[in-house]
Amino acid sequence: MKILRVICAVLLLASSFVPALAYEPDEVLKDVKLEARARDLSTVLRCLVCQNQSIDDSDAPLARDLRLIIRERLTKGDTNPQVLDFVVARYGEFVLLKPRFAPHTWALWLTAPILLLIGAIGLFMRQRKQAHATPPPPLTKAEKTKLKKLLD
Amino acid sequence: MIAEIGHFALVLAFALACFQAAVPLLGAQRADPVLMQTAVPAAQAQFIFVLVSFLALMAAYVTSDFSVQNVWQNSHTLKPLIYKISGVWGNHEGSMVLWILILTFFGACVATFGSGLPNGLRARVLSVQAMIGVAFLLFIILTSNPFIRLDPAPFEGRGLNPVLQDPALAIHPPLLYIGYVGFSMAFSFAIAALIEGKVDPAWARWVRPWTLAAWMFLTVGIAMGSWWAYYELGWGGWWFWDPVENSSLMPWIIGTALLHSAIVVEKRDALKTWTILLAILAFSLSLIGTFLVRSGVLTSVHAFAVDPKRGVFILGILCIFIGGALALYAWRAPKLKGGGLFAPISREGGLVLNNLFLTTACATVFVGTLYPLVLEGITGAKISVGAPFFNATFVPLFIVLLLLVPLGPFLPWKRADIFAACQRLMFAAVCALIAMAATYAWTKGGPVLAIFSIGLGFWLIVGALSELAFRIKMFKEPWGAVWRRACHLPRSAYGMTLAHAGVGVMVLGIVAVSAWRIEKVELMKPSDRLEIAGMQIEFIGVKPRQGPNYRDDVGIFKAWNGKQLISTMEAAKRTFTANRQQTTEAAIHTFWTGDLYVVLGDKQKDTSYAVRIYYNPLAPFIWFGALIMFIGGLVSLSDRRYRVGAPRKAKAKIGKAAKA
Repeated sequence: MKILRVICAVLLLASSFVPALAYEPDEVLKDVKLEARARDLSTVLRCLVCQNQSIDDSDAPLARDLRLIIRERLTKGDTNPQVLDFVVARYGEFVLLKPRFAPHTWALWLTAPILLLIGAIGLFMRQRKQAHATPPPPLTKAEKTKLKKLLD
Repeated sequence: MIAEIGHFALVLAFALACFQAAVPLLGAQRADPVLMQTAVPAAQAQFIFVLVSFLALMAAYVTSDFSVQNVWQNSHTLKPLIYKISGVWGNHEGSMVLWILILTFFGACVATFGSGLPNGLRARVLSVQAMIGVAFLLFIILTSNPFIRLDPAPFEGRGLNPVLQDPALAIHPPLLYIGYVGFSMAFSFAIAALIEGKVDPAWARWVRPWTLAAWMFLTVGIAMGSWWAYYELGWGGWWFWDPVENSSLMPWIIGTALLHSAIVVEKRDALKTWTILLAILAFSLSLIGTFLVRSGVLTSVHAFAVDPKRGVFILGILCIFIGGALALYAWRAPKLKGGGLFAPISREGGLVLNNLFLTTACATVFVGTLYPLVLEGITGAKISVGAPFFNATFVPLFIVLLLLVPLGPFLPWKRADIFAACQRLMFAAVCALIAMAATYAWTKGGPVLAIFSIGLGFWLIVGALSELAFRIKMFKEPWGAVWRRACHLPRSAYGMTLAHAGVGVMVLGIVAVSAWRIEKVELMKPSDRLEIAGMQIEFIGVKPRQGPNYRDDVGIFKAWNGKQLISTMEAAKRTFTANRQQTTEAAIHTFWTGDLYVVLGDKQKDTSYAVRIYYNPLAPFIWFGALIMFIGGLVSLSDRRYRVGAPRKAKAKIGKAAKA
């Protein structure tokens, strides 16, 4: 376990200082459409040993492996979701840069819409309260004469 | 000796801060002018002591005094002088001293130039400011002392992280800190107002310039960081939704909201409690940003790896300040009286909508940044939240917000006619449509959202200019009258136009780079040619070159347009002598229409090299837009109405004239 950690640390260091070169020329598929799909997929997968980089941006060996796996699955005729399922089954949900909508990520995905809704409702209520607020009582006769005096 | 002076000055500053945190506040509660007045010299002296401490540290760096542990860890004799100086804040301890220097500088400014402020308010503001100082000075002295000595002193330092040896990164932290810490001023004013129980337009007028200044510096600070990432990290990206980037973006978003809501307080005496809350949040998020970067809880390229003890200390500071401020807010804010009423469709209404979208966008970033951490803490499940998440949540919110931006300034206060406003934006809408059609024709299709967003960029720019044209009645009155109006328009109006147009320029850059970037990755041998964006790139070869404390392998490229040479470009791989670390130095040639971006990769088994070449259309617009926003802020800040103490000076002049 400890050795694994050391290896991870070394990889982490290596990945952060070696010039980033991401995918290599030899990885590119001949089929342009498949290659485009492969690129799309590699932007949503995380390089596991890097700091918040997609495998598309990373030059770590592991990222390269993942890129090759994607291309292999694609040439075998997998659809995009199938490729993602395959990778997630192997490496866990951690590889997805965009987490799936599931009970444990509800709070993540729904915070913004709910906040927007609460804000909108709040504004609406405030407006109604303002509209229903009783207007200030009209000026009394004495006040009116006083005002007139002040204005003249 | 110098290091000891620095250390001692820091302790003295701490003692003064303790005094300043308590006595003026007590004076303000008792309405005792003598006690209140002590805040002024205390704040000034506190600044001077911190400055002495900062200069002492800088002296240690400049003279490469490796008997100081901090210098030994982060400097090297071979380093160019400018990076010795920037090395002062290129590490945890030194950057904290810079942080506190800026904090006390702002305090000293309020003390020195704030004689127009009511005595009680000034005393309270300075006390709150000193409380922040107490916390962070204590933090430095107890956990992050930069003046610890080494015995025996080593002969040579370990060198700065090579990634940090770069002009943009040398000034990036100070700019960012001015922004972060600038919000402490808004915070102190907010807390002082809560203690006093009074928020009025005068208060807003005092807070706005500070907020604006902080916002401006945060804007360029963030832009500088993203520019650095663009040319240094070597894959042409400019924003990664990295936790540390996010933690600087959050105070920026709330700061933007605060800037807008404070206008409502100033002009209409409404939205007071909301504005106070935003002021508290803006600084709280700055503190959280500091915490996230330093605690090591989030891994990131920017993080200074530090021990958890510091993290716990900062977490404590965070809880006390944010918790305390919010508790005070909950207790006192309901007692603040709301002011002017307004219809939903009005300038106020527009600004409220702006605030709603900005705070929601900020919440999205906040949740996205912290969710993986919290989820792992609670359930142990590990998930990642990266760029695709933010693209799906943050971007739509911002698109809606930006669509509404040109409309706002056309709405009058209190009650507005939305149709009239739309009519005045007809020209901008037509321009946007033409731009969209032209983009569609030019790119032969392309992503719908990208084409729409190009229209959005033009909508923002032309919309901002339309408002200016409307105000000076261009094309409606003779040119002489228009010119007179233009001269009499307050500078803040120009500032707003510039800032909004700057956002539009930035949008154009962001969209073009994201949607139409061209990328070629190939193995190239010397004299190989490659075609990109109508240009031919020739690889000449690689030659070594020696720098002051590094060695470059320079790849030389020539960009041709047919037979005409456009530019000779040098893309390098840099290896630092002190620690053998490598960085990429991308070669960038900037055209009006975009950047040609060349990166030299690894040498292959034969004589060829892996080479990546990008064409990033309109990429410079991203930073150019940020610069326009900054200039907009600057113009607005120079408005006479915001200049500190302006009314008082005018009075003094009249007094002198009367005497004469």
